[in-house]
Amino acid sequence: MIAEIGLAALWLAAALAVLQLLGGVLALRGGTTSDIAALTRPAAILQGGLVAVSFAALLYVFAITDLSVKLVAMNSHTLKPLIFKLSGAWGNHEGSMLLWVTVMALAGALIAGIERRLPEKTMQATLAAQGFVALGFYAFLLLSSNPFERLAQPAAEGLGLNPLLQDIGLALHPPTLYFGYVGLSVAFSFAVGALVTKQVTPAFARAMRPWILGAWVFLTLGITAGSYWAYYELGWGGYWFWDPVENASLMPWLAATALLHSASVLASRDALRVWTIMLGVVAFSMSMLGTFLVRSGILTSVHAFAVDPERGSFILFLLALYIGGALLLFALRAGAISEGERFSVASREGALVVNNVMLSAILAVVLLGTLYPLLTEAFDVRVSVGPPYFNPVGAVFTFPMLAVMAVGPLLRWRKDGFGRITKELALVGAVLLSGPILFALLFGMAILPLLGLSFAIALAVASFLPLKGRKLRRVPVETWGMVIAHFGIAVALFGMASESAFSTEKLAALEEGGTTQVGPWSVQLQKVEPVAGPNWTALAGRMTATYRDGEPVEIAPQSRNFWAPPQQTTESVLVTRWNGQLYAVMGSDANDGRWQLRLWWKPFVTLIWYGGLLIALGGVLALVGRVQKDLKRRYVTRRAAERRVDMENG
Amino acid sequence: MKAKHQRLVLVVLALVALIGAALLAIYALRNQASYFYLPEQMAENPPEVGQAVRLGGMVAPGSLETQADGITVTFTVTGREQSAVPVRYAGILPDLFVEGSGVVAEGRLAADGTFVADNLLAKHDENYVPRELEGMSEHQAAEMAEETTVGLE
Repeated sequence: MIAEIGLAALWLAAALAVLQLLGGVLALRGGTTSDIAALTRPAAILQGGLVAVSFAALLYVFAITDLSVKLVAMNSHTLKPLIFKLSGAWGNHEGSMLLWVTVMALAGALIAGIERRLPEKTMQATLAAQGFVALGFYAFLLLSSNPFERLAQPAAEGLGLNPLLQDIGLALHPPTLYFGYVGLSVAFSFAVGALVTKQVTPAFARAMRPWILGAWVFLTLGITAGSYWAYYELGWGGYWFWDPVENASLMPWLAATALLHSASVLASRDALRVWTIMLGVVAFSMSMLGTFLVRSGILTSVHAFAVDPERGSFILFLLALYIGGALLLFALRAGAISEGERFSVASREGALVVNNVMLSAILAVVLLGTLYPLLTEAFDVRVSVGPPYFNPVGAVFTFPMLAVMAVGPLLRWRKDGFGRITKELALVGAVLLSGPILFALLFGMAILPLLGLSFAIALAVASFLPLKGRKLRRVPVETWGMVIAHFGIAVALFGMASESAFSTEKLAALEEGGTTQVGPWSVQLQKVEPVAGPNWTALAGRMTATYRDGEPVEIAPQSRNFWAPPQQTTESVLVTRWNGQLYAVMGSDANDGRWQLRLWWKPFVTLIWYGGLLIALGGVLALVGRVQKDLKRRYVTRRAAERRVDMENG
Repeated sequence: MKAKHQRLVLVVLALVALIGAALLAIYALRNQASYFYLPEQMAENPPEVGQAVRLGGMVAPGSLETQADGITVTFTVTGREQSAVPVRYAGILPDLFVEGSGVVAEGRLAADGTFVADNLLAKHDENYVPRELEGMSEHQAAEMAEETTVGLE
């Protein structure tokens, strides 16, 4: 029954998306006063409610493990802990697509409900675009991936969830990432709305900015969480593999980061109009491309749940329709959007333009590297593209961007000269140059980590320079946001460079009682013993790890065997100190009474994710600052209007 | 600078940067992409010694051996037509790595004809059933291995 309610709600929501699209289109043709036009907003809001009901229904059937629902029978199991039953609802193709449309409908409902700053016409066009995009994904879900399909005969027991996904990471990482991915649909719809009405103004950018910021914060958190999850769950010791699925999340982030900065030029200075619109289209296009790559079955990985060519072509069709349509509209209308304000090269805008171009170049590099294996496969040549390509080629554009990032915030808007900030430039330059010399002398390290460490330190210093000479308590919240986000980039970069420069790895086969060394740690294998969990059994290696002469720490990494579905996973153990992490993986038995261990000492590796969190925190602060300012502005306008009325009456 | 000119200059700059990025990317991809080899391809037309490539096929049953150090394993990856490549790997075998299942080894060919793997990839997929390989002829099994290793990263 509950499953049928979920399905019915989904169909109704799709019908409302049609209404929303029609209402928006009619409003544009016949003026905003027509009756149907008045329905656009309520349709969007109601749609959000219905999809939420549908998603709740899916959670419910997973919570009670209703085995007559095909999706539950295929992906769940009665013996799983409740949290993994619930998160398992989106640990499969159909469920994750339902999560996608849920986020999309909620975002649509939210803009329909609270966004009142834009001209009504632009708003109608925006909502029509949002309805149109949502409609395609409803069709995809209902026609080819129905999550509520029943089995003729209820299954006796579920097939279970991939053990790699039975982790708290699954509860957090996909929803966060989806809020980011799909949140960008709002920027996309705004861009389409502005193209339709040709109204690209600072007010438009101010209205769009909080939505971009919100999506960007979620995207940042989602990527950070996903990276940490892969790091500890896979047991490979790496935090980023340039896997196509990872790239699929990085590309929207790069586009959204560029969009964020260009929208702020548009909002403050009324420049970069066309470019901002273009990025709005590109950012969500990257989200959809990511969905296509992950969901079409073109790639086989933990993320690709099912290989079904029909689904692949369906998503490809949607992709072509929306991206092609938006780009066509852009090509037709871009010429009609008038030129914005001018600025000189040495100005805040100039720096932001360079930042945007560099981000776009990195995006192009990642995009080409991700698609290249698909292209060559068409010619029957199978290749894979990994760090040897992405790291150096990405670095060519990343380091210039970081240099501009250090200097840009010190420049004034419109027109400035480098002469005014020679002291700051000299400081950043000195740090930047002394770094390589120092590190090269001390450690003799490779070029990329060397540059990484130097830029990280220089950027960390530079990120606080905009606060110089200002009363800290009077610095606006959004400026703090920028400072903290930029500092976060420096922190993350330091972590990455340090991880690749200073990590040590040790593979050893030990008898019980044997000891081995990794970096400053000495690790002794005490005993290997069996452990049982709710749906797995494991071999746990009890070890004591000692950092130099410190207190020994007891750790017990496991090699787990799940029985539904049958699969072996490694449960690594991390020992975190302020200056790095010890990473221990239990292997299997070496057939002669010894046990395999894999150990890493990774200095400052945790900074990678702390950096990610700082970046997201910066985004939150910027969002708070912007919203506060906007509320204040609205309050002042309202008061002024009231006073005018009072004066006229009095 | 006139307004029209500034837009033009910006567009040209952005285009130059993007085209530059694309050209650089294409140049690097031709050199840095690591090619995928089946055992028979490696026998017919071996890659240069030391070049990073990937080898995909079936772990030959009965070929898996752990060396004296307890860490290094050797096994044979087979494909069609009795072609077989010896592989050496130091490390913990991945979950789902079993004799008779598909595997992708990332690494390079050594001068003695052994493939030295830095990384082994077995399929991480709950729907993956090694049993499906049972009861097939060697040829079918090799095809199956090819299927199951497509897109493994």
